Amino acid sequence: MTGNLVVQFLAQGAQMFFVLLIAPLAVGVVRRVKARLMRRQGAPLLQGYRDLAKLLRKESVVAENASWLFRSAPSLIFALTWVAAALIPTFASGLMYNWAADVVALVALLGAARALLALAGMDVGTSFGGIGSSREMMIATLAEPAMMLIVLTLAIAAGTTRLAGVADFFIAEPLAVRVSMALSLLALVIVALAENARIPVDNPVTHLELTMVHEAMVLEYSGRHLALIEAAGMLKLVLYLSLLICLFAPFGMAPATAGVDGWALGLLAWTVKLLGGAALLGVWEVSIAKMRVFRLPDFVGIAFVFAFLAILLAFLSRGAIE
Amino acid sequence: MNQVYDISHLLAGVMLVTSFALLYQQRIAAVLNAFAAQSITLALAVAWAAWSENRPDLFITALIAFSLKGVVIPVALHRTVARLGIHREVEKVVGVGAALMVGLALTALAQALVVKIAQGPASQAREELALALAIILMGFLMMIVRRNAVTQIVGFMSMENGLILAATGARGMPLVVEISVAFSVLIALFVFAVFVFRIRERFDTIDIEALDRMRGDRR
Repeated sequence: MTGNLVVQFLAQGAQMFFVLLIAPLAVGVVRRVKARLMRRQGAPLLQGYRDLAKLLRKESVVAENASWLFRSAPSLIFALTWVAAALIPTFASGLMYNWAADVVALVALLGAARALLALAGMDVGTSFGGIGSSREMMIATLAEPAMMLIVLTLAIAAGTTRLAGVADFFIAEPLAVRVSMALSLLALVIVALAENARIPVDNPVTHLELTMVHEAMVLEYSGRHLALIEAAGMLKLVLYLSLLICLFAPFGMAPATAGVDGWALGLLAWTVKLLGGAALLGVWEVSIAKMRVFRLPDFVGIAFVFAFLAILLAFLSRGAIE
Repeated sequence: MNQVYDISHLLAGVMLVTSFALLYQQRIAAVLNAFAAQSITLALAVAWAAWSENRPDLFITALIAFSLKGVVIPVALHRTVARLGIHREVEKVVGVGAALMVGLALTALAQALVVKIAQGPASQAREELALALAIILMGFLMMIVRRNAVTQIVGFMSMENGLILAATGARGMPLVVEISVAFSVLIALFVFAVFVFRIRERFDTIDIEALDRMRGDRR
């Protein structure tokens, strides 16, 4: 029994390790796909790792009036995001700490990371940081209720807010087309785009003053602080892609009882789906233009509308079944 | 059997989403495209019902919905907009966010109503009935919150889409009624178009706000 426990523990550790390992690659795939679609050569797929390694070696410049918050925020944000990303079931549904992978806890972890980032953005007192923080909060106030409604819709369907339980439910359930699920998928995609600062909400490659949101907040960071923030951003992308995979395409995920072989197969399936999702994101970003900041509440509001519709329909169809 | 209902619910859900798209769009051309998408989805939903429930007369309904409301009316409205040379932005009474929230409230109202009314053996159809009622109410809302006459026409037509969907879910309406409704909608389009041109001739705008200030005694 103890040997089994050790294997379980190692599997959980492997999951934490894999999400961190694959994060820069996923971002690399997005950038590469975008570059190729624009008929550019593009950076090599492994550029993300090199960027992080270089930033970690570099000196960190901190403003004179920066407080402890500014210095400690990157590590805290990275830690919170990593824990959140590692909680989502990736290759197997029944890992050791799957009881902790509750969607409400996940939203709370991400909310804490976002609050820290917004505070850090305002800490030094530059105007850009303030703009970025206020815009980030504006988007978050719209995206987070939508996220909670999506969570509740899935919880109504599966009878649990535990991610592993939801994934198990959808693997076991025969394939069915449900309006509420389709609407929550759309809403979750919009929330994921907004949270990850992707086009059309925010452009991850621009440093143009008027349009940037996420980049404006982290403008003051450099060196290892910036490396941690960037890594947290990459992890967040993997987190949302894994969440979408786990909730809406959990096929191929190893069940709780699978051995090492099953896990390897599940890992392969997850990696393929994740990188496929990243490539789709690249195609999406090339084919659409960034939105005006003043249009953003409407766009993210759509996610709220869809999530609300989904939950209404979930209640109605449940009533029809009973 | 369950799959049949799943797909018809999915199509009805897509129609409701296009109703929200109608409220969300800022440009008249985009509104017209969203309306065409809604009509084509309606045609698909009706055709699916015809195929799955083996009621070939519904295919005619689907054909009418596709050709008339999916193609002819949107194209006619596009040309009307081009000929009027009006602003391409939609004039609104309330903002997009507020309109969407009211739309949500209407959807909730429709569901609450249908759950109360339709109890009993026909409960499978009531999800679709709730969606259809929501689409009808959204059409009303569209007519209320948009001041431009062309978008008001679209709101009216979208309401009619909801009616056809409801009729399809509730064992269909007789074909004679169906055809006469389709033609009266077409006539309504002509009447609307004539009115739009007359309004513009008179007031130099098709913002119906101008009608509020119009009084017969003030010459």
